[in-house]
Amino acid sequence: MSTVQEADTSGVQDTAGGRTPVLQGKGMVKTFGRVIGLDGVDLEVYPGEVLAIIGDNGAGKSTLIKCLSGAYALDAGQISLDGHPVTFKKPQEARDAGIETVYQTLAIIPALDIASNLYLAREERRPGPLGSVLRMLDKKGMRDRASSAVQGLGIQTIQNMGQTVETLSGGQRQAVAVARAAAFGSKVVILDEPTAALGVKEGNAVLDMIKRLRDKGLPVILISHNMPHVWEVADRIHIQRLARRAAVITPQSHTMNDGVAIMTGAMTVEGNDATKEAV
Amino acid sequence: MTTVVSGGRKQSAAEAELSRRSQSPAQRLQHLLHANPAISPALILVVTVIVFSIINPRFFTANAQSTLVQQSAIVMALAIGQTLIILTAGIDLSVGAITILAMMVMATVASKNGVPGPLALLIGVALGTAAGYLNGLLVTRLNLPPFIVTLGTLSIFTGLALLYSGGASVNADQMPPVLNWAGNSFKIGGFTITTGVIIVLVMYAVVGFALSQTAWGRHIYAVGDDAESARLSGIASKRVLLSVYTVAGLIFGIAAWCQIGRASVASPNGIVDANLNSITAVVIGGTSLFGGRGGVLGTLLGALIVQAFQTGLSLAGVDPNYRLIAVGILVIVAVSVDQWIRKVKS
Repeated sequence: MSTVQEADTSGVQDTAGGRTPVLQGKGMVKTFGRVIGLDGVDLEVYPGEVLAIIGDNGAGKSTLIKCLSGAYALDAGQISLDGHPVTFKKPQEARDAGIETVYQTLAIIPALDIASNLYLAREERRPGPLGSVLRMLDKKGMRDRASSAVQGLGIQTIQNMGQTVETLSGGQRQAVAVARAAAFGSKVVILDEPTAALGVKEGNAVLDMIKRLRDKGLPVILISHNMPHVWEVADRIHIQRLARRAAVITPQSHTMNDGVAIMTGAMTVEGNDATKEAV
Repeated sequence: MTTVVSGGRKQSAAEAELSRRSQSPAQRLQHLLHANPAISPALILVVTVIVFSIINPRFFTANAQSTLVQQSAIVMALAIGQTLIILTAGIDLSVGAITILAMMVMATVASKNGVPGPLALLIGVALGTAAGYLNGLLVTRLNLPPFIVTLGTLSIFTGLALLYSGGASVNADQMPPVLNWAGNSFKIGGFTITTGVIIVLVMYAVVGFALSQTAWGRHIYAVGDDAESARLSGIASKRVLLSVYTVAGLIFGIAAWCQIGRASVASPNGIVDANLNSITAVVIGGTSLFGGRGGVLGTLLGALIVQAFQTGLSLAGVDPNYRLIAVGILVIVAVSVDQWIRKVKS
């Protein structure tokens, strides 16, 4: 199992602050027929930060995420990973490159146990002929490593890795999905509305998990409609409006009300690309 | 939401009610059956055997039990492939037709065209595999429901078998010995066991191993339980489906060989009801028609239960038509129990 890696800082494309973004999108364009999904969007995620993406419905949040996770191919623009240009034709390629996405639907299998879900489609076989000839799975090994991955995120409520996922609560299922992403996402973890379906207590547990990922140095992209959650965990906030990046703010520089105002167009921010109207 | 009560706090009235309720025996049974789907068919089989042995002691003789196992061997074999397909939330109505086609071709090329026995066997088994592959292609490439695909291929394969054989049976003495090999029998204690039964049991062991110990098996459960989540997790769902239909075809091809040994004849009119019997065995064995739950051990028990009902009621002197009704009731009860088990709560 791959562990969290320090971001490679010896990249080629240095940016303003001298830091190289782990994941960077430049001038990303995506259209669907005559509908514009992304209209030249830039995005940077730096090592060890939580970048929140907020925006109204139809602002292009999902399109942005799907382009970064390989579900959509860009029409124009360039995505770079550690400063090196990359192209993803399908989600598996982004995953292989170290970008893990937790979808809103979680994409976990209720009938299988927690360890099986963590290792789904990446099963590990036993050493020796049992694994190579009989293709036997290393169930115990996977269970042990799944257990340490879950413990590493500070999830105390899940103890037995042999428990089937359907017996877990909504928050615990979310924890399993995040644990899977964190265990295999060596570069970036993308979380799509991880707290939307959860109660207050479970939502807070997920926020703690996000903070723990950041503390390990793993950058997180968080898509959320929940402004208090965003203002609690985000280091920077990317505001998407009408297929463009309206602004990048921080919880310190702007209030929640400012954020919503920018989202809806009631307020514009100087120095951000939204003010430089390109015709 | 969790209903787990944290240690230090005093239980509220509602929490006390919840913890009291979670200890009800019915719920504990539900959890047990949910975790081990083979338990209920095992219990049913034991009760069935005990009841019929009390009604007619002849039921419990080695002779009757040997015959029972031999009679259920073909349905047992077909039900292995059917289990794999139903685990993916599919269904195969063409199992009997594929078996008849493979059987008629292997018997006819050997008896009429003088193809050597082992090669004729290989041709028949390969044809069964190809027929399963065709089902898989239609399901995965044309995105048609398995019910419709196999309803169509049921007619196509049956028609092909009748055309090729001219509707005529091939007797055992016209065939090379290798095609009859599955009919050979030997004795262990008082029990008579045929090589066909051994072949079927070996197939159960191999498929059971693959389902529980390999990544392929896990992917079958994942695709059957939630195909979209499986795809998003990185499983090539269509490739898994195609492989399942192909492996099922291979199993039906081998079942054709066992059927020749059992009946001592290759007849295009035999085992026409095998498709429904195989589904019955799978369902009674606790594999869910909605996919993702169950296994071959339950199916093995399910096939034995159906045959035990048939043999037991026959030995008890019950009219054959009542036997049909009894098996029908058994199927409905089995599906009801499955629905109840699936409603399990944490």
